[in-house]
Amino acid sequence: MKTYIMEKKDFPDFIKLLQSRGKLFGPIKQKSKYSFEEIKDASELDFDYQRTVIGIKKFLTPPKYKTMTFDKEGTEDIFDGDETNIVMGVHPCDIHSVKILDRLFLANIKDPYYAKKRENLIIIGHSCLPDDNCLCHTTGTDMVEDGFDLFLTDLGEYYLVWVGSDQGLSITIAAGNLLSEKIDQENIRDYVSWQQKRASMFKEGMPAFKYMADIMNLNYDSPIWDQFGEKCLSCGTCSLVCPTCNCFNVDDVILMNAEEGYRERQLDSCTLPHYSVVAGEHDFRPNRTARLKLYYTHKLMDYIGRWGQPGCVGCGRCVTYCPVDINVVTVSNALFGEVCETKEVCE
Amino acid sequence: MTEARNLNQEHSYKDFPVEIIGMKNLTSDTRYFKVRFVSEEIQNNFIYKPGQFVLFSIPGVGEATFSISSPPTRRDFVEFGMRKVGTFTEAFFKLKEGDIFHMRGPYGNGFDMESMQGRDLIIVAGGLGAVPLRSVLLYAEDRREEFNQVFFLNGARSPDDMLFREDFMAMAARGILDTRLAVDEDPTGKWPYDVGFVTTLIPKLEGKIDPEKTTALICGPPVMYKFVIQELLKLNVPKDQILMTLERRMKCGQGHCGHCVIGGRYTCLDGPIFTYYDVQHERELI
Repeated sequence: MKTYIMEKKDFPDFIKLLQSRGKLFGPIKQKSKYSFEEIKDASELDFDYQRTVIGIKKFLTPPKYKTMTFDKEGTEDIFDGDETNIVMGVHPCDIHSVKILDRLFLANIKDPYYAKKRENLIIIGHSCLPDDNCLCHTTGTDMVEDGFDLFLTDLGEYYLVWVGSDQGLSITIAAGNLLSEKIDQENIRDYVSWQQKRASMFKEGMPAFKYMADIMNLNYDSPIWDQFGEKCLSCGTCSLVCPTCNCFNVDDVILMNAEEGYRERQLDSCTLPHYSVVAGEHDFRPNRTARLKLYYTHKLMDYIGRWGQPGCVGCGRCVTYCPVDINVVTVSNALFGEVCETKEVCE
Repeated sequence: MTEARNLNQEHSYKDFPVEIIGMKNLTSDTRYFKVRFVSEEIQNNFIYKPGQFVLFSIPGVGEATFSISSPPTRRDFVEFGMRKVGTFTEAFFKLKEGDIFHMRGPYGNGFDMESMQGRDLIIVAGGLGAVPLRSVLLYAEDRREEFNQVFFLNGARSPDDMLFREDFMAMAARGILDTRLAVDEDPTGKWPYDVGFVTTLIPKLEGKIDPEKTTALICGPPVMYKFVIQELLKLNVPKDQILMTLERRMKCGQGHCGHCVIGGRYTCLDGPIFTYYDVQHERELI
């Protein structure tokens, strides 16, 4: 992997270069939360963050988007994503989430709506330091080997710039003097000590996801599921914020003139009541327990069975945002038999 | 699946206009539809297997999934059977002959009829399950020489509820397939065939089939599967030769929308036909 050094004083010029190549997005602070938003100036960027509310999936499979318009004359397909979107400040967990979405939308039958947006998305990763809700070190997603175009590691006065694709390489070539190839022993020492510092910051005692498939299987009929089901509000927040939740519904909307309308994909969640209802109102998952069990067994058991790794990238969003504290950590810990340490369940 | 892509060279969600060329009521709430792609080229290229499904689209109403009811051996049209149960079917029932809607597909694995050559077939349908299995039945009639014995066991609540009743009676009369028609209840007492659940027809095949050379194909309401499978296992039909077609909510038909997942499998990609052997340990199956 080709690597460069970029001094931080050159960063604003680097941003200008990126802006010449597409619409630039990056993490900005909105009140107490962060969001990937369009950037006009380098000063708006705030890389001192752990997670945005919604991950990079909003560029690839947005919460709502039109796939077709229709009127009395006929229908017309809509493929958004003509212009290049460049997203900066993407953490390793979110890059892993894109790799999971790519597998789902592109590996088998190619989804044309996703493919268009994906082709025109440039991902510039950024190093991060964890908080207590991060668990990427247990899901094996704390580092990235691929899945990005460029990756910036913040080492104080300068960045290490890793090149992950030809697209990224062409940016570094265009950057010319903003980047230097001279990496010396001191830079390597900086990098190793940064890595050690980061590794020491992860919270200990997180569940071991590599055992999760077996544990879930053994606990499939455990009363723990009912305890969580009882608490679950069926609000779908977990799916909204999870960077690998992609399920969608399709709905036709007719405009007020009753002559035209559009077909729309909307982010769905398996925790919502209608999720498994078929025509005739037969519901394959009629209660919160059954739906919550689908959510967690799908991510933490079936994904491991099918792909060898969980569908969780350890970003900590469900840990942060579930209003009743049902998340990959509390569910996993409860299943590991530590029911009373997750006191929400025992109360 | 590869055939399906021939039709969808542009992209996998591309649908095509289809004309309704015939319809008739099957029961008080189910209707038969005969349709044909407006483009003759597309109609000619629409190649499918029994057991595969398509998505219908009416702009402004939405999309819905339907199993194909005609056999791939008859190429000039495609047939469906539909029960009026929801928003889409209510809108669809308002269409008339000559009206146009859109269709994409086919999707799903379908039945691999070639793998059943030379075998005994037991085709078990319950209620609406007769719609997709009719594709298999007509295929077996058209290519009768490819199979050994073919039994068709069909169950309905009452004579009035039996879909394709006249067609199946004619099928029984033709005798190309060993057709047995059962109704749960016979209020008039005049039903000329069997009375009782479809499951009661299965033990009657004992000694008539060679279980090692038998394939069973099942489709019916969710409650039916368990009992039918029990009876087939008693006949010693191998678990990997019990083929069941399952129904789940679907929005895309191609593994993207997530709704049809059962365990690690997508009903739309890995199914809708599953062998009992493959899914016997899935807890959410039926």
